[in-house]
Amino acid sequence: MQAKRLPTGGELLVRCLEREGVEYIFGLSGGAAMPIFDALVDSKIQLILVRHEQGATHMADGYARATGRPGVVLVTSGPGATNTVTGLLTALMDSAPLVVICGQTITPMLGKDAFQEADVTGITYPVVKHSYLVKDARELPRVIREAFYLATSGRPGPVLIDVPKDIGQNPCAAEPADVELDLPGYSVPGRGDPTRIAEAARYLSEARRPLLYVGHGAVISGAGKAITTLAEKLRAPVVNTLLGKGAVDETHPLHLGMMGMHGTAYANKAVVDCDLIMAIGARWDDRVTGRLSDFCTRAIKIHVDIDPAEFGKIVQPHVAILGDARLVIEDLVEQVELGDTAEWLALCARWRRQYPLKYPKQGGLRAQHVLARLDALTQGDAILTTDVGQHQMWAAQFCRTRRNRHWLSSGGAGTMGFGFPAAIGAQFAHPDREVWAIVGDGGFQMTMNELATAQLHRLPVKVLIVNNNYLGMIRQWQEMFYDNRLSGADLEGNPDFVKLAQAYGAKGLRIRRPADVDRILREARAWRGGPCVVVAEVVKEDNVFPMIPAGASIAEMLIEKPRHRLAKPEGST
Amino acid sequence: MSAAPAPAVEAAPPPIHTISLFVNNKPGVLVRVALTFSRRGFNIESLVVSPAAEGRFSRMTMTCRGAAADLDQVVRQLAKLVDVVHAIDHTGDQSYEVEIALVKVECPLDGRTQILQIAEHYHARVVDYGSEALILQLHGSSEKLDACLELLRPFGISELVRSGKLLMARGRRVT
Repeated sequence: MQAKRLPTGGELLVRCLEREGVEYIFGLSGGAAMPIFDALVDSKIQLILVRHEQGATHMADGYARATGRPGVVLVTSGPGATNTVTGLLTALMDSAPLVVICGQTITPMLGKDAFQEADVTGITYPVVKHSYLVKDARELPRVIREAFYLATSGRPGPVLIDVPKDIGQNPCAAEPADVELDLPGYSVPGRGDPTRIAEAARYLSEARRPLLYVGHGAVISGAGKAITTLAEKLRAPVVNTLLGKGAVDETHPLHLGMMGMHGTAYANKAVVDCDLIMAIGARWDDRVTGRLSDFCTRAIKIHVDIDPAEFGKIVQPHVAILGDARLVIEDLVEQVELGDTAEWLALCARWRRQYPLKYPKQGGLRAQHVLARLDALTQGDAILTTDVGQHQMWAAQFCRTRRNRHWLSSGGAGTMGFGFPAAIGAQFAHPDREVWAIVGDGGFQMTMNELATAQLHRLPVKVLIVNNNYLGMIRQWQEMFYDNRLSGADLEGNPDFVKLAQAYGAKGLRIRRPADVDRILREARAWRGGPCVVVAEVVKEDNVFPMIPAGASIAEMLIEKPRHRLAKPEGST
Repeated sequence: MSAAPAPAVEAAPPPIHTISLFVNNKPGVLVRVALTFSRRGFNIESLVVSPAAEGRFSRMTMTCRGAAADLDQVVRQLAKLVDVVHAIDHTGDQSYEVEIALVKVECPLDGRTQILQIAEHYHARVVDYGSEALILQLHGSSEKLDACLELLRPFGISELVRSGKLLMARGRRVT
């Protein structure tokens, strides 16, 4: 009788991934990763072959943000691995759970400048939550289990596993098995400290002008329902960050929309005038606070976060509650008293009437109009992803997110090229859901090669290109702060995106006039045969308002374009 | 006559902090720790890494200059690293601290009286007595070592190796 063949390290790894419940791997093959790709042939895990490794990371990220489950990436060594760095940073900054597996040169050649060798663990230290270099295949079951646990628990983030080719190739006696986690340096906060929660409840019950400031942590923990109950009980208005969109339904009467640099005027006025601000899974980002020395100077600050390193990093809170946002807020709701905030809500309502989001209705096709119509037609049922820039801010303003995990955008890293592959990942996760990537002409060209991936799988993902043939946000800043001296902003040489889509076999549609918007959007929505690219040829020179110049205080918010010349912003970017 | 530029008021350097780390004894831990400092442009002034009582853990003791609020943030970021079990800033604590230094002073045989007097005063041991140079072994608090080295400097220190500060919290408090 023939002895049973031992599995290779690659086969063991793939079995461990199956054990973790992995459905999809987004990857691009290469020499050093071949043993793992080979093992995938016999696996029920579906390999999604991408056209560039950055696309794989954003697809996995989109999949992760749309589901809460980790996105898995498999690439080869050297350039394959270095192409994931942008995706790792994007995921780290926005706390998205990724597991990125990289091939590596064989262990005897490590550090000897072998072909396609790169010190990948070294290069990626600053952009991962944790990482592993596997030097013994028997470690794979533990490494994979730890990687998935670390990626998804606590404050989620990307974990990288570097697997030398001989580890993947050689037979290995180990079996995927239940592994006891041994992570003495790692703990996951759960419920909050009752004393702190009681203290917060006291402050909240006494506040006359309370404000709930909701971030991505609330989305991740699924705290939206609890926060809505809390807001209703306190009768407190709610604002969210760019990434907090969807935790609490933005059409809720107590919701004032997005705060911060390009937030609604009424949200920012509420931030300036509140007497208590409670951050829930948010980190007082510079896009949110404006000039720190002027930020909520008289307000009581309460900070709920799962990451203890966030307390006092930017703002020193009066009460810091360490824990999972949902569990903390659920405990808190029990303890607060009905708020006496009639005057405050009336004031917020007045601001909402006085300073609505607006845009010029004349002078050609406007992105704002297209997005407002998309919002009206989809009613929050579609998952929206974005790139970074003007279109992102307009989408954040005019597309009100009603549901959790229905708004996927690169916030912290501000990664252009994120939107389209993220939408592909989200579409794989939810094949029956409507998914729109809202992108600019600049960002789309960074990852548009993934049209091939989307077309191959006939994914019904929609791409709305807000095309002004500019890096629009750059042009806006140069107009406002650099005497309109445009430098590196004009994207002359753009392709015809409709023809480009068609070249991939995808559907291409163009919107030129406001009157065409609804018809074309409806046509795109009805198309289920594969990807559909809608190019909105919008007015070239349009600006996003309201705007708080970087480094200015929120009170200096510009509702519309000022007549006078502005000083160069002091803020970071 | 051109006015001389006003002498710059020399700001006192930020205080030295001593941080102890209890970490997994795994490859890459030191890099992760060092990156947490270097990302902020902090310089690690001294660093000691050694096995802990239990072999799978290591101890790191490091000193660094910086404002208390900045260092507090660094310590939180260090504690967040998966391989760091705990991180403690011992600045201002009642802890026992010690450092060892080897110092080579090049000096002919007939000019050593004063050097040996200094060594005796600081309880330094002469560990090598060559014809052209001698090596002293100093131990004590880092401040004591600084003082002794200051006295030896005029005689010509040709080489100096310091261990970096070692520290242990007193009583039942954790290092």
